[in-house]
Amino acid sequence: MPLPETDPGRQFRLELRGISKSYPAVRANDRIDLTVAPGEIHAVVGENGAGKSTLMKIIYGMVRPDAGDVLWNGRETQISSPAEAQRLGIGMVFQHFALFDTLTVAENIALALPEKLPLKAVAARIVEVASRYGLPVDPGRHIYTMSVGERQRVEIIRSLLQKPGLLIMDEPTSVLTPQAVDTLFVTLRELAADGCSILYISHKLDEIRALCERATILRGGKVTGVCDPRRESSNAMARMMIGADIQAISSARTVSAGSERLAIHNLSLPASDPFGTTLSDISLSIRGGEVLGIAGVSGNGQQELLAALSGETMFADPQVITIDGKPAANLDPRQRRAIGLSSVPEDRLGRGAIPSLPLSENALLTNGGPDSVRGGFIRLDKVKAFAERCIAEFGVRGGTADSPAGSLSGGNLQKFIVGREILQAPGVLVVAQPTWGVDIGAAIAIRQAILDLRAKGAAVLVISEELDELFEIADRIAVIASGRLSPSVPRGRFDRDAIGLAMSGQFAAASNRSEASRVHSV
Amino acid sequence: MGFDLLPILLSTLIAGTPLVYAGLGELITERAGVLNMGVEGTMVTGAVVAFAVALTTGNLWLGVLAAMAAGALLSLLFAVLAISFRANQLAVGLAMTIFGTGLGSYLGRPYVGMALVQDATQAGGGLAQLPVIGPLFSAVHPLIWLSWILFAAVWYFLARSRAGLALRAVGEAPTSAHAIGYPVVRIRYWATLFGGAMSGIAGAYMSTVYASLWTEGLIAGRGWIAVALVVFATWRPERCIAGAYLFGGATMAQLFAQSAGIGLPSELMSALPYLATIVVLVLISRDASLMRLSVPASLGKPFNPQG
Amino acid sequence: MSIRFELRAQPSRTMVWLSPIIAITLTCCVAMVIFALAGLEPVSALATFIFSPLADLYSVGELLIKAAPLVLIAVGLAVGFRAGVWNVGGEGQLILGVIFGGFIALTFGPTGGVWVLPVMVVGGAIGGAIWAGIPAFLRTHFNASEILTSLMLNYVAQLWLSYLIFGPWRDPAGFNFPQSAPLAPSALFPTLIDGTRANASILIALVAVGLGWALMSKSFVGFQLKVTGLSEGAAKYAGFSAKRAVWIGMLAGGVAAGIAGVGEIAGPLGQIFPTASPGYGYAAIIVAFLGRLNPIGILFSGLLMSLLYLSGDVAQMSLGLPSSITGLFQGTLLFFLLTADVLIHYRLRATSAAGAPKGAANGL
Repeated sequence: MPLPETDPGRQFRLELRGISKSYPAVRANDRIDLTVAPGEIHAVVGENGAGKSTLMKIIYGMVRPDAGDVLWNGRETQISSPAEAQRLGIGMVFQHFALFDTLTVAENIALALPEKLPLKAVAARIVEVASRYGLPVDPGRHIYTMSVGERQRVEIIRSLLQKPGLLIMDEPTSVLTPQAVDTLFVTLRELAADGCSILYISHKLDEIRALCERATILRGGKVTGVCDPRRESSNAMARMMIGADIQAISSARTVSAGSERLAIHNLSLPASDPFGTTLSDISLSIRGGEVLGIAGVSGNGQQELLAALSGETMFADPQVITIDGKPAANLDPRQRRAIGLSSVPEDRLGRGAIPSLPLSENALLTNGGPDSVRGGFIRLDKVKAFAERCIAEFGVRGGTADSPAGSLSGGNLQKFIVGREILQAPGVLVVAQPTWGVDIGAAIAIRQAILDLRAKGAAVLVISEELDELFEIADRIAVIASGRLSPSVPRGRFDRDAIGLAMSGQFAAASNRSEASRVHSV
Repeated sequence: MGFDLLPILLSTLIAGTPLVYAGLGELITERAGVLNMGVEGTMVTGAVVAFAVALTTGNLWLGVLAAMAAGALLSLLFAVLAISFRANQLAVGLAMTIFGTGLGSYLGRPYVGMALVQDATQAGGGLAQLPVIGPLFSAVHPLIWLSWILFAAVWYFLARSRAGLALRAVGEAPTSAHAIGYPVVRIRYWATLFGGAMSGIAGAYMSTVYASLWTEGLIAGRGWIAVALVVFATWRPERCIAGAYLFGGATMAQLFAQSAGIGLPSELMSALPYLATIVVLVLISRDASLMRLSVPASLGKPFNPQG
Repeated sequence: MSIRFELRAQPSRTMVWLSPIIAITLTCCVAMVIFALAGLEPVSALATFIFSPLADLYSVGELLIKAAPLVLIAVGLAVGFRAGVWNVGGEGQLILGVIFGGFIALTFGPTGGVWVLPVMVVGGAIGGAIWAGIPAFLRTHFNASEILTSLMLNYVAQLWLSYLIFGPWRDPAGFNFPQSAPLAPSALFPTLIDGTRANASILIALVAVGLGWALMSKSFVGFQLKVTGLSEGAAKYAGFSAKRAVWIGMLAGGVAAGIAGVGEIAGPLGQIFPTASPGYGYAAIIVAFLGRLNPIGILFSGLLMSLLYLSGDVAQMSLGLPSSITGLFQGTLLFFLLTADVLIHYRLRATSAAGAPKGAANGL
């Protein structure tokens, strides 16, 4: 593969030589080399688990490498802490944000500035930078009142006020609507034009092709290629990323005329947590053999909706949710499971499984029916056999029924959890972020399993922040924004821009656009 | 009636002061996200150490300093286990209390039954000789004055100072604080040591000023009440000091009842502070959204700077 | 070369059981230092401290009779601890057992028949359950911390018992000593082994161990409690009620402690004193942790803690040290246990050149 030529006389802003880092179970980074020139927008590409985050944490001083050199502006440097990284001029915008919810924007930013300034002065500088780069933000607002997109803006402004020479952006578009992505790219290009280097971490190839001048591709902790993404085809980059061609999932795309299996009737739910989202007047209906996708930017009521469906939140009026026509809103999760509703939460290690318990006991978590428990006592052999079935049928690698869940990779554990729910043959499956943070192989297997379940006549609800995923598997897509649910759009009328508008809460504009354009994308 | 008010206020002040020290100390610790349930044990140790040193040297202030050091040392032990090694904070705190109580009763054995003779005017140094305000210094012990200065300092630190903002940030979201360059572990250590030192003073006050003697049941749950007080105060110093005097008043209820001629069993009156603690905890904790907005979000949760 | 701690990929199962042994060894070392400081010959003093309480059959009976309440309460508390329910009110719940059982014994003992003792046991269990039920109620309905409420109730229970003994229950023939009248024979546990004070309350502790084992290791309820304790989120998702876990966890401890309280007055004491419990409610917390919250482990750690109590008396009589040394060693033991528990999640490693990022780490 031809390497893009680099000017040998030019000094790199950042250069990594032979960076390695091992954890007890994995070699996260294996002799990684990377160079970033001043003013360059450089992508670090790789699927989940390829070692991107570890590498960024090393550059930002959060993790110490076992071996290798870091050169900053040509000088060998040891970045021992984030504070040290900031002193050098390295800023980072985190995927999950490093903000303080109960503090104001100005307080958040004041905390990160090296010099002590009165809050008023900080606010003035925020406004200055905000207007320069088109990032409107109110310095007096508390973070917990802000949307995810606004929070990201605060993070970017905070980094910019530190006058960074290098800005690391970790999967910045995962929390943005398609329109907001375009705006972000404009900002990043302006920054680069001012001489700031940008390390852009992503697994989305089309974004990288639109934004970046160079890309370093990682697989299994190693560099598998350096290229100019604007000149490389997506397929070629994908091959470097996963080592093989991306396999398509197979599904018979027939519209089945099953009967209604899951319905929500005018569900409203005030936020139980002051930082939570209030659900208002949500209605939906899913038939057997159908996948309904719910798109939306995170924090818009997805968690609350999932809790309402799974039974973690119960309602006084049983009619609000019906499963196969049976009123179910007043049932707890075990009762709902008994009448055929299974769910997969988004948080694998904190909810879907318990890291310290073996897979067999994790299987018992949701499979506590008469097969596994008799007379109040656990039938260990049956429980173990069920776990082994999940492992075998869903291709879970790296563990047996006795291995602790925490010892599996994200993808394998997610396959196990999805398998555990699907093998109980639910009539309705509710899945949140089914492939969040899992490798491509596992993602394909999980999406395939969802479609296979659909083919057997189950109704599936998929809540996902990944539009591409919903475009791939959903029969209809609805959008959740600020706790309200848009009307759904059937496959064939999926329109990225219309859905993007709906994700920012403009349901009317979205449906106008969708009506007007009638663009059949995907 | 007005004539009786002064002694009542004064005795409330005297009984509330150990809670001011221990409560404000624990408040700072908890604001950094560390839940140290070992206040009781630290107070016991502080009380014994202060009593022993004050009795041996004849100097109250040396006793107080020794108690501060002992409290800080005990909480250092807590910090190593709970902060560096991320052991369960509840378990370690409980261990501290059991250990501190055992240590206190072992070390204090030789001092049981001894009395510390001291003169409040002497403790205040020359201040009591001042005209007009002098009598205030002789009636109100310098450790009480100091507790007010402590309150002012804690209030200013949390509400106005940059360091206080950093401490709150660490308690709110340690991962974020670490990410923007704050030494989370070090800040938590200092907050824990401060809490320990203040618990030490609280214990010292109990043995050297409040009771002027040492017995095994001297602290009698005041450390636990201080922990509850921080919840009651919704982690705000001004409510903490108010709550301390409220509980101080409850401790003195027995005296009020006697002077008012109310014939309730003394045991019931003695149980009042404990019952009041329960009632107050219930009243505050039941408001889930108030708790959610007040409690430092990372309280009791271990933080791993490498993860 | 420097030693540093490194996170293990998985918790070590060996260390889970090795840790108590390390803690006991270290506590013995501290004991020897203290003996040496007190001017004693450390090794022989330690030997006296450990072995003299086991010199004869009577002493073995004492060991069992003190271990019984510790084991019983610790098994009850362990049910809660596993579910993340922090019942530290064992002491108060024990005292309620004393009060309820004592009331039955003093009221019906002199005239009643063989039914008095069983009724006392049930009464004590109810008393303990009520005292544990209060924090459970306050936690499930008002979200009040059960640690603080159950602890406050310890003091309240102690004051209540004091009131009774100094007031209505004081023995008129007791020369004004703070104690009740001696309990009637029908209100006492029968002695199991002649020549000792070991009585049938030991059997109750053994039954508790069996029940606790079945509940925690075999039953689905035990699994649900374990899940609740390990991960609140996972329990919610699975549909295991957190409130139910609080109730089961608190009541298990309360019932056990209440029965242990009856065991005290209907056993070795045979009379009710204000100091009915020498801190068993607190010591049982250590027993539970030392026994790894496992009933079988608790059986052994309970015996050890009982030995520590007896050794305290020995220390006073043979070594000239205050018996409060027991409390010191209890605290030390718990501290060392939690310290050694660090090794469950970490391993010690020697690294070259003090953590320089370049040098590769050498395992040991």
